Amino acid sequence: MAQHQVNYASSAGLPIALTTVDHLVNWGRSNSLWPLTYGLACCAIEMMASGASRYDFDRMGTIFRASPRQADVMILAGTLSKKHAEFARRLYDQMTEPKWVISMGSCANTGGMFNTYATVQGVDRIVPVDIYLPGCAPRPETLQYAMMMLQKKIRRESANMKKNTKQNLRLV
Amino acid sequence: MRKYTPKDNVQAKSYYTDRYWVAPRVPREAVEEGTHFADVVKAMEKFAKESYIEVGTLVIHIDAKENFEAIKTLKEQCGYTQCSEQSAVDYLAQDGEFELFYQFLNVNEAKRVRIVCRIKKGEAIESIVPLFNSANFAEREMFDMFGIKVNNHPFLKRIIMPDDWEGHPLLKTYPLHGDEFASWYEVDKIFGKEYRDIIGPENRDPARIDRYDTKRFSRVGYEVPFGEDISEGEKEQPIEYSETLLVDYNKDSGKQLDHRK
Repeated sequence: MAQHQVNYASSAGLPIALTTVDHLVNWGRSNSLWPLTYGLACCAIEMMASGASRYDFDRMGTIFRASPRQADVMILAGTLSKKHAEFARRLYDQMTEPKWVISMGSCANTGGMFNTYATVQGVDRIVPVDIYLPGCAPRPETLQYAMMMLQKKIRRESANMKKNTKQNLRLV
Repeated sequence: MRKYTPKDNVQAKSYYTDRYWVAPRVPREAVEEGTHFADVVKAMEKFAKESYIEVGTLVIHIDAKENFEAIKTLKEQCGYTQCSEQSAVDYLAQDGEFELFYQFLNVNEAKRVRIVCRIKKGEAIESIVPLFNSANFAEREMFDMFGIKVNNHPFLKRIIMPDDWEGHPLLKTYPLHGDEFASWYEVDKIFGKEYRDIIGPENRDPARIDRYDTKRFSRVGYEVPFGEDISEGEKEQPIEYSETLLVDYNKDSGKQLDHRK
């Protein structure tokens, strides 16, 4: 019971903690990053492994959602073909603000080894990317690290997304 | 003047080719009497222009106009009930023709037959979908990749590339990195043509290092602050090693050999 008692020696003797709205909102946002269940190629296998029990994304509050309306993060995991680019962009557009994008693996970053007519040469041609994650395919630890970097980034941002002009200026 | 190079094969080629190198050919064997293939050749006598065995597969060259009748005979009289593959090869630069091939399997005999025919550019071929359903997708893929039209196909439409794609990618005249249309496809489709300037052309060399881009690259020994303009050259900053951490305390203790053991 004692731990629930108010410690009058700290917090100026008041049962409160002082913070800013930015901090509070970003604390919530960064600790409940819900990625879209969306795999494009073999990187998606590593993404699934990250979500499964061994690497356990859930402990970071990262729970894959089946609908873009409920998702905050789009992990573009794999080769994006030109035929599919339209639909990837549509899914991105359907996600509600605030939203972030992780480009996972060489193919998503630059087209990778698919230096051909049919592959988008880097997903940043169609959506604004926050984190570029190298590797072919990146191990689940790498994706976890990317998620933690994204959390750090979110905590630095303003809670008012309109102020994050840098993000809004990039690509539409 | 620059040396003329033929433009009808613009796909990637190896940098070095031995001028005396001759492409190895699979040996062709004649069909022996009394075998299963001999019966097939006899049944196909009316259509076959040439027939031989390559790596255990009977290859029969036929006239493209008779493909349906020939394959019907092969299916109904010789028991080749599976069409495992159907496509074409672009020999336009070499012979001005496409080579079409159909690969069949006889499950009872465990034998394979390849029917080969040649058509000119712009000519159409008769569909074999009434005989083999598996040819449906194969013929659509052939249409998609080579632009070869197939008569009486139930649903001749692109199967791999998007419906509004221009060009047929497996032609030898199609550049490997895509033509103008291909390189802007996703930008035009999603944002519209006016966004081409904003997004810029594709970077086909992702390992490229821009010496003057100080936001993403830095040169060892020439480090400058993030984002600084170094188009007029940067100051040299020699690498300094720590004098306290990397001290060689055993400078004189090493032994230098004066001859090899």
